[in-house]
Amino acid sequence: MKPPKFEYHAPRTVDEALALLGRYGGDAKVLAGGQSLMPLLNFRLARPAALVDLNRIPSLAFIEESGGRVRLGAMTRQRTIEFSPVVAQRLPLLKEATRWVGHLPIRTRGTIGGSIAHADPSAEYPAVLTALEGEVVARGAKGERVIKAADLFQTYLTTTLTPDEILTEVRLPAMAAGAGYALEEFSRRHGDFAIIGIAAVVVRDGQRCKTARLATAGAGPVPVRLRAAEEILERDGLGEAAIEAAARKATELVDPDSDIHASADYRRHLTGVLTKRALVRAIGVARG
Amino acid sequence: MSEGRWIGKPVKRVEDARLLTGRGTYIDDHPPVANVCHAAIVRSPHAHAKILGYDTAAASAMDGVAGVITGADVARHTKPFSVGVTAPVHYYCAATDRVRFVGEPVAVVVARNRYLAEDAAEHVQVGYEPLAVVLDPERALESDAPVLHEAVGSNLAGHRRLVYGDPDRAFREADVVLDERFSFPKYGSTPIETYGVIAKWDPLDGVCTVWSNFMGPFIMHPLTARVLGLPENKLRFIVPPDIGGSFGIKSSIYPYIALIALAAMRLGVPVKWIEDRREHLLASSSGTDRVAYREVAATKDGTILGMRFRWLDNVGGYIRSPEPGCSFRPTGNFVGPYRFQNLEVDASVVMTNKSLTGPNRGYACGHLYFETEGMMDRLADKLGLDPVDVRRRNLVQPDQFPYRTPTGGLYDSGDYPAALDRALELARYDELRREQAKARAAGRYFGIGLALAVDPSVSNMGYVATALDPQFRAKPEYLPKSGAVDAATIKIDPLGRVIAILGTTPQGQGHQTVVSQIVADELGLVPQDVTVVDEMDTFTRVWSISSGTYSSRFGSVGTSAVALAARKLKAKLVAYAAHLTDVPAESLEFRDGAVRPRSGKGPAYSVKDLAGRAHWNTESLPEGMEPALQATAVFGFTVAKAVDAQDRVNSSNTYGFIAEVMAVEVDRDTAAIKILRYVTVHDAGTIINPMIAEGQIYGGALHGLGGALYEELQYDDNGQLLTGTFMDYLVPTASEAPTIDIAHIVSPSPLTPLGSKGLGESSSMTVPAVIANAVSDALAPLGIRINDLPMTPTKLWTIMERARANDASRVVSGAEPKSGDRSRVAPGAAQESGDRSRVASGAEPKSGDRSRVAPISGHPRSKPASRTPLQ
Repeated sequence: MKPPKFEYHAPRTVDEALALLGRYGGDAKVLAGGQSLMPLLNFRLARPAALVDLNRIPSLAFIEESGGRVRLGAMTRQRTIEFSPVVAQRLPLLKEATRWVGHLPIRTRGTIGGSIAHADPSAEYPAVLTALEGEVVARGAKGERVIKAADLFQTYLTTTLTPDEILTEVRLPAMAAGAGYALEEFSRRHGDFAIIGIAAVVVRDGQRCKTARLATAGAGPVPVRLRAAEEILERDGLGEAAIEAAARKATELVDPDSDIHASADYRRHLTGVLTKRALVRAIGVARG
Repeated sequence: MSEGRWIGKPVKRVEDARLLTGRGTYIDDHPPVANVCHAAIVRSPHAHAKILGYDTAAASAMDGVAGVITGADVARHTKPFSVGVTAPVHYYCAATDRVRFVGEPVAVVVARNRYLAEDAAEHVQVGYEPLAVVLDPERALESDAPVLHEAVGSNLAGHRRLVYGDPDRAFREADVVLDERFSFPKYGSTPIETYGVIAKWDPLDGVCTVWSNFMGPFIMHPLTARVLGLPENKLRFIVPPDIGGSFGIKSSIYPYIALIALAAMRLGVPVKWIEDRREHLLASSSGTDRVAYREVAATKDGTILGMRFRWLDNVGGYIRSPEPGCSFRPTGNFVGPYRFQNLEVDASVVMTNKSLTGPNRGYACGHLYFETEGMMDRLADKLGLDPVDVRRRNLVQPDQFPYRTPTGGLYDSGDYPAALDRALELARYDELRREQAKARAAGRYFGIGLALAVDPSVSNMGYVATALDPQFRAKPEYLPKSGAVDAATIKIDPLGRVIAILGTTPQGQGHQTVVSQIVADELGLVPQDVTVVDEMDTFTRVWSISSGTYSSRFGSVGTSAVALAARKLKAKLVAYAAHLTDVPAESLEFRDGAVRPRSGKGPAYSVKDLAGRAHWNTESLPEGMEPALQATAVFGFTVAKAVDAQDRVNSSNTYGFIAEVMAVEVDRDTAAIKILRYVTVHDAGTIINPMIAEGQIYGGALHGLGGALYEELQYDDNGQLLTGTFMDYLVPTASEAPTIDIAHIVSPSPLTPLGSKGLGESSSMTVPAVIANAVSDALAPLGIRINDLPMTPTKLWTIMERARANDASRVVSGAEPKSGDRSRVAPGAAQESGDRSRVASGAEPKSGDRSRVAPISGHPRSKPASRTPLQ
């Protein structure tokens, strides 16, 4: 489990990093927290000519709130997010999701940008990005572009980022004051990737549902936004029957795969179970 | 029995400060051997293939490469290892003619560092002609199955039918006969530290020195010497002071010792190899996966008349010693804690294209008790009795000790009913049953399980011969085997402090702490006065074939050697003091750290005082007394005898007891199992350090939980390992640990000077049984019984769904459906249970067919594992 030979670069700025990526013409990998890339290197499954390490670019680690949205630098550690007052106040769903990410040592190294760019569909952050309708900023040789969550994830471990681009920033709209939220996850052990996870946000007005947001982890090759289930709640309110109907609908919206940890049928079933649990909890904490 | 100032106290581990601050000396930290090179092992990507040839030219020519050896060198320069069966299985330290499992070593590349070695390993070309693969032990015995070893002619490495008492009569006379099929998964131990070997060959003195984290048994030393063609006094094994866990797994490192030693001898450079985690999961060692058919014969009051065991143990591509211990290690305690006298054991040891097996914590006992305790619950259910009552009715009674089992075991001491009572009391069993009634009324799946087990420690190496036919053992050229021996040396320095030197090889058990407690009590010192040296070296330590730290030996045999060495010294000090004071030795005694007159009148001589005089002035010694204050004791159990002509053997030397109760709830929607209460009561005789004992119990319980819920080495149909990383091979962590209520009952062993027994394997052998029984009880309303581990949520949910979909369904986890209502099965109904067809173990569909429940397909996160990237 030793990687094959590679060049290593530790640029100080994003521009330098981009220049290095350009120099290797797609044969370099960007190193963030290293929690997925390092095992891939050690297994010799990834064999890049070079690593461009973002860990020494201070400008990539920040959490800022302005104009109703929160911007998180790609190199912001999950551990920082877990304890950020801004995140606690404006993005409590992200805070809750962070506690499900691996274990303490993993969160201490792992970054939000790395987790999203790695695009593991069982990971928590892609589900949160999808549920909150967030976007990411990518910088490349030709400048900067903003990619919506819905346009980012293509399939397992694959995004629309190009090899010469760096994901620099994650932008999430601040959650409405009083919004209810929950992240329900089922995994075989604490800290594992989700067999199924459901991120839910509910903005309520009495028994009426102003907006509902639901997204999955682990239910297919990309995070799945459960729009048709959301619509049931937005139309029928937050009563028990609507929750049941939304949960049932959720199972129809996903097309999960089987693997050694869970069958497709079980994943589909869990999608319903956890959608219901997430909604009940989210509605329970929603004010308004 | 020893009551002392230090024995029995939770003395803090002297090892911890060193280990927790990163100052341990493990094999990878071992002081450098000059010019050491590093090995990467080329491994088979095929589960079964003929080797056509090797091309090592490109790899050998690479920068920094010292050389390459292949299976051809192995065939030319080594012998195959002796195996524990008579079948002609040629097991070499690397593949020579065929590969028989994925990950089997085929070549070794040695280079200046591990990176270069792995780079070059990718360039070793091995030609393969793939052959048909067989993985399932039942399939492997079918006449058209692919055969792994042509010389054997089938995949049956060994078969024994052992008969004790008159089982046929027991089954004829029974009121009730039940049978059941069980399957037990293949899992290992995943110690934090993987295997490591450093080998150096000196052609001038002809000595091959091997440093490794091999903890014994040192049976493997002569085996390895023979393979390498070395006299035993030219092969030196050195074990560093610290080993990062073993749990039995590291006893299977010895083929790598031979392979790396061969590389060092052929290439003329010292060679170091540290196994990586991928290699460890792929090809180190695991317990066997087993298919078991069980039958029990009983009277209608629940008295067991006899049992039949039929086992198919899957040992993988070859049979590696000490297998088939998987079948025979528990011979003496086959009957567990129960009194029945009639038993038939039909054990088949089967080779398939999976990785090799060996001792794994609880060696074979997790399998044994999973089946037996499952049968106890079936019997209780059938007779409408409480599971506690059925067990109680059959327990060996306190006045029967020492108890000779029909299979030759000699249970040294115990009070099984008292331990069971303590467990029930701690668990508040009656209250749990009331809670269960309420929970069931509310539609919840709440269950209570029990498991009882005799916990054998210190295996008698003679048990391995149970694998051989009595006719074979009766031949004059056959040499019987028996024994369980360890040694210790104690030296008192001129200031009265002590150095204790052990032949054992701790893997984290705290031998230094425990030995310092024992010596402090024996010699009236404080533990800080005792320095304990536990680096094994076959050239300098006193040892014997069975020495080592395995089979929960240290708490029993290792501590006995220490106590006896200290007592030898005490006797010498008394004799010396008697000479100094010119009184008869009988008038003195060693008490409270000094030699004192028995009368209480007259001077006392402290150890320090006597030690100073003895060392500085040998003239003061009585005539004939050996100078210096040191003593070596070699302790061996006299109850360790060779297997007899009736296949009876006392397969271990001390036997503890475990009684457990667990309550669980199974989530109706997710099938998640929540442990609500878990009580474990142990009787390991005298407990020397209760804190360390508790740690062992926690570890054992978690290990058992791994096999019951999480861990399994799974393969696809081509024999590729699907669980090749810790992302897919799930080991329980602290987060998965339940609260464990631990209690002890103390029945001191009459066989050991301190009354202690081993405790290292402990609940690893009961947790699979107790949790399977608890989950079966929880799901009784659905007619589900758990006969198949691990109980993964997806498997459990699938059978729950099937049962819910069709109440009348007989579709359960490899078992018969049972009545949800205990009271409906009246004791009088026993006769009808004799009808086999109702309870046929063949009840379809079998739980073994797990492809239906957990289809395997490519989730990309599994890919690093399932692709098993190989050089």
